[in-house]
Amino acid sequence: MNTSSQIYRLRTPISEEEIRRLRIGDIVYLDGILVGARDAAHKKALSLLERGEKLPIELEGLALYHVGPVVKKKDTGEWEVIAAGPTTSARMESVEADFIEKTRVRMVVGKGGMGPRTAEACRKYGAVYAVFTGGAAVLAASAIKRVVDVYWLEELGMAEALWVFEVENFGPLTVVIDSSGRNYYSEVLAKARETMESILSKEPWRED
Amino acid sequence: MEIEDKILEMLVSVIEEASTTMPSDVVDALKKAYEKEDNPVAKKQLEAILKNIELAGKSRAPICQDTGTPYFYVKLGEEFPVKSKIYEIIQQAIREATRRIPLRPNAVDPFYERNSGDNTGRFIPWVEVEVVPGNKLEVAFVAKGGGSEAPSTLVMATPLEARKKLWETILGTIVEAGPKPCPPIIIGVGIGAGSDIAMSLAKKAAVLREVGSRHPDPKVAELEEKLLEAVNSLKIGPHGFGGAVTALDLHIEYSHRHPATYAIAVSVACWALRRAKAVMESDGSWKFLDRR
Repeated sequence: MNTSSQIYRLRTPISEEEIRRLRIGDIVYLDGILVGARDAAHKKALSLLERGEKLPIELEGLALYHVGPVVKKKDTGEWEVIAAGPTTSARMESVEADFIEKTRVRMVVGKGGMGPRTAEACRKYGAVYAVFTGGAAVLAASAIKRVVDVYWLEELGMAEALWVFEVENFGPLTVVIDSSGRNYYSEVLAKARETMESILSKEPWRED
Repeated sequence: MEIEDKILEMLVSVIEEASTTMPSDVVDALKKAYEKEDNPVAKKQLEAILKNIELAGKSRAPICQDTGTPYFYVKLGEEFPVKSKIYEIIQQAIREATRRIPLRPNAVDPFYERNSGDNTGRFIPWVEVEVVPGNKLEVAFVAKGGGSEAPSTLVMATPLEARKKLWETILGTIVEAGPKPCPPIIIGVGIGAGSDIAMSLAKKAAVLREVGSRHPDPKVAELEEKLLEAVNSLKIGPHGFGGAVTALDLHIEYSHRHPATYAIAVSVACWALRRAKAVMESDGSWKFLDRR
């Protein structure tokens, strides 16, 4: 699909210029601040912004991560991230375009792909959607150097809280939607559908 | 130590082993897929997967943060000293493992939306017990991830159109699921007389049968191979990046059907198939069955 995949190392805050250079299939390793938020944190953040209130952390130029981590509090009071692989991004499709517009995050990281509304927001505001290898939760945790902060923990619980992580060499993050609005998965799946139609048209069940 | 304590100890070990390491058959298949993959983006995903397995094993941390829904498939020898008490010991084991490993609490009441906090709840863990001859206790534990449960499909085909429906349902399910169930996946296909029979057989075909094994019936085995080849020709690939290996394997399991019924079910396991099998003798000594 992409034979000219490039590998980038990016540090937050990421500029619009840096993000617009990325193409689908490119691989990014990230340094800096990665903010973990899934279903409930998206809902809460958007309702705060709609009421004109501020979020506990300014997200412009940062990376957002669809994650519900397994985290343990050490005796010292510090957090230890044990497993932090991505969760299915499609559940955030209905709100992500709004989220990108209102917060200006530059990078959304998750798994499984996102839809046309998110792709349009990436094009319009200069952002990308990238995928961290699903299930690779310990690899992800090993690149999280520390928990800088956590918000809404009591209200939303461990999996749903807003986690602020400091990461080093966090990846591989493969660009699935770039800022031109191209979607790697849509292209793969369109071809897969064609192949399926062609297989079925040969009626292979007649030989079974 | 009482035999009941030994069972508890074995079960906690089985849960820990399943959650933090991978069965040898799945690791071998993933390594083979890595060798075979020539799409660089897809290969990168397999590299991350293999690295993750190595890191999780070293630090005894859960392979995936979705530590799954706990399933226990038990073969209870009729002469094994413990019988119905096994249900209670299983509950104890999952609580203990949740605290110790730790596992993410995943049991949510669907009406009150409350998480029980310890991976137990109404019918959870899911336990199936089969009484078998002999004096052994064999347990297969599976932690089934939520993402790969989503594409599960059931089609009640008419017998005359069943073979066509079988192909359409399997390929359609895999294309529709795309990257979402974390490919390379393991596909289970169940065929049977009732919707529940087909679904249950499909799940077991996906999670219990060894990757790389073929059905003992040569006709079914041949169909498994043909369908697996067709699925991989779709080139969805590891995590949907268009590579050669969409599925590590495809297993079919069936029951005899009703003359009017041909139930077809598809169940999917993600690459992170958290499964461990162990067997205990009546004296309490035990060993793993799917680890080297």
